[in-house]
Amino acid sequence: MNDAPRNSRSTEYYRQLLRVRTFEERVGELFVRGGTAGSMLHLSIGEEAAAVGVTAHMGDGDSFTTHHRGHGIFLARGADPNRMMAEIAGAESGYCAGKGGSMHIADRELGHLGANAIVGGGIPAVIGAGLSARHFKSNAVSVAFFGDGAAQQGVLYESMNMAALWSLPCLFVCINNQYGMGTKIDRSAARTEFEDRATAFGLRGARADGGDVEKVAEVAGELIEAARAGAAGFLVVDCYRFHGHARMDKSPYRDDAEETEGRKTDPLALQRRRLIEDALLSESQCDEIAESVTEEMDAAVDFAIKGRQPAQDALFQDVYAPGQPAPEPVDQRIAKVLAE
Amino acid sequence: MSEPIEFTYRDALRLALRDAMTADSSIIVIGEEVGLYGGAYGVTKGLIDDFGPERLIDTPISEAGLVGAAVGAAMTGLRPVAELMYVDFIGLAMDQIANQAAKIRYMFGGQIGVPMLLRTQGGTGRSGAAQHSQSLEAWIMHTPGLRLAMPATVTDAYVLLRHALTLPDPTVFIEHKALYTQKGILDREQPADWGQAKVLRAGSDLTIVTYSRMVHFALEAAGSLADDGIDAEVIDLRTLNPLDRETIVASVAKTGRALVVTEDTLTAGVSAEIAAILQEEAFDWLEEPVIRLAGEDIPIPVAPELEAGSIPSPARIISTARKLMRR
Repeated sequence: MNDAPRNSRSTEYYRQLLRVRTFEERVGELFVRGGTAGSMLHLSIGEEAAAVGVTAHMGDGDSFTTHHRGHGIFLARGADPNRMMAEIAGAESGYCAGKGGSMHIADRELGHLGANAIVGGGIPAVIGAGLSARHFKSNAVSVAFFGDGAAQQGVLYESMNMAALWSLPCLFVCINNQYGMGTKIDRSAARTEFEDRATAFGLRGARADGGDVEKVAEVAGELIEAARAGAAGFLVVDCYRFHGHARMDKSPYRDDAEETEGRKTDPLALQRRRLIEDALLSESQCDEIAESVTEEMDAAVDFAIKGRQPAQDALFQDVYAPGQPAPEPVDQRIAKVLAE
Repeated sequence: MSEPIEFTYRDALRLALRDAMTADSSIIVIGEEVGLYGGAYGVTKGLIDDFGPERLIDTPISEAGLVGAAVGAAMTGLRPVAELMYVDFIGLAMDQIANQAAKIRYMFGGQIGVPMLLRTQGGTGRSGAAQHSQSLEAWIMHTPGLRLAMPATVTDAYVLLRHALTLPDPTVFIEHKALYTQKGILDREQPADWGQAKVLRAGSDLTIVTYSRMVHFALEAAGSLADDGIDAEVIDLRTLNPLDRETIVASVAKTGRALVVTEDTLTAGVSAEIAAILQEEAFDWLEEPVIRLAGEDIPIPVAPELEAGSIPSPARIISTARKLMRR
């Protein structure tokens, strides 16, 4: 996408932002309709530019891990929204056959090494992917996406140190949405200039305005190119989490005035305005894109709702590889004991 | 090998790594002091000369990071051997082991496996005190998704490690620090028999179920018991996941008495699981309650005599076996 001429590139950014925004809105809708597996759903509305701007520079062979708020990253990287929505519904037709859900989506084909429900838990995997790229002499980059909450986790710094020490093709992307659950960033870090932490480790550190997808894409492009050449980087994308931490969170820790102000940093609104002001697209052309995205995401909800729940015999599958000794079901054990 | 060659447990482990790395170029070793230093207990000594620093990767002191890196490497085509210098350090890496490596295949619907090996060592014997002497295998055994091997003999050190380096799932391999200098005849051609316990001494009066260093204590005790006319069968579990229930149940069905000996602590330990299995599956044959001789429920102290008192000894295996035989 990043090599395309400006008008098609900017239009594609807009379309991708809109796809992420609409997908997340549909997840909320699916929840209200009782179609999701549980309520542990973390939406990335307001944070779309990080997902779109960084993944625009990723391709075949590249890999990444995400945090628990990672729907948008995977979608922007090329995921099928049907299979994503089905996974969020806990359906057999989902990416992980209904075993992982919103917080554990992964896909070997697209190099998605997994969303993670442990804050910071997926970060060191990109070091291993970087070692693989070096071992197999590939040009692959591996990107760890996480939030500002993970910026306070120790394993991040272990990983940053190794990436710089070993000159690995890795990029750390801190999506700074201002909140770790209900704790605002200035209540969890004395200094919030995280890019300075990165440069202190010997990484390339940069910061980008998550309200502007083109700026994010520009900075991310430079960092990813450098990372492929062995200069690992760290990118902070500043944005605002438009909604609560998860579906049940009514945000009692912040007031309406703050939310109104925060939502002004809307990358989708800016990109639409830009396309129209620069005469790259007309109002009606923007609306046409929106209609096609709406259709796509409505279809994803339908696909998820039609999905079947996994059969009970899936319960014991995939704990270990096929053909390996599998766990014994409790009832089977009891029956065996009492039969003797 | 035409002539039987005597090896130490440490040398057998190193040979297994060397042979495996020669056969499989996707194997890397990653850990603290594994390269230039050659491993804190010398297991990887010299391997960096054969395979270079890109396959023997010395890491910073970052246990979570290095184990997490192994997880990511395993997901992207390598077969990493992550070395934790002491099993006691596993707390620092436990998220990567229990929440990541162990669950990835299942959470992701079977599409991605984590063929990594976590090599480490545990146990008492060197006055390492409370943070360098523990036996934490129950933590691993308690976590679905992980395999676990704990070799007691020179040949098992070799064949179980070679086999572990062919498995598709994350495997923990816990050596015993007091066994590194143990000598024995290495039979590299012996089948790994992964997941199968072995009867190392046949007997008819009671069954001693154990693994790792306690195998040697049990065999020593069994020799003395025989002089007293007590015929003990000694079973080495070898792998704790998979756990060979059939062999121990069959043995207790024969002897009617079971003594489970472990170095790890008593409460909610490996001995508790073995005892539960025996009361479930060998209930009808038990002449006496299953007896557990385990590590005491205390931190390990540094003073050598206190350290020795915190775990079973051959003398206590003998005295406990005699009590169990009502002798």
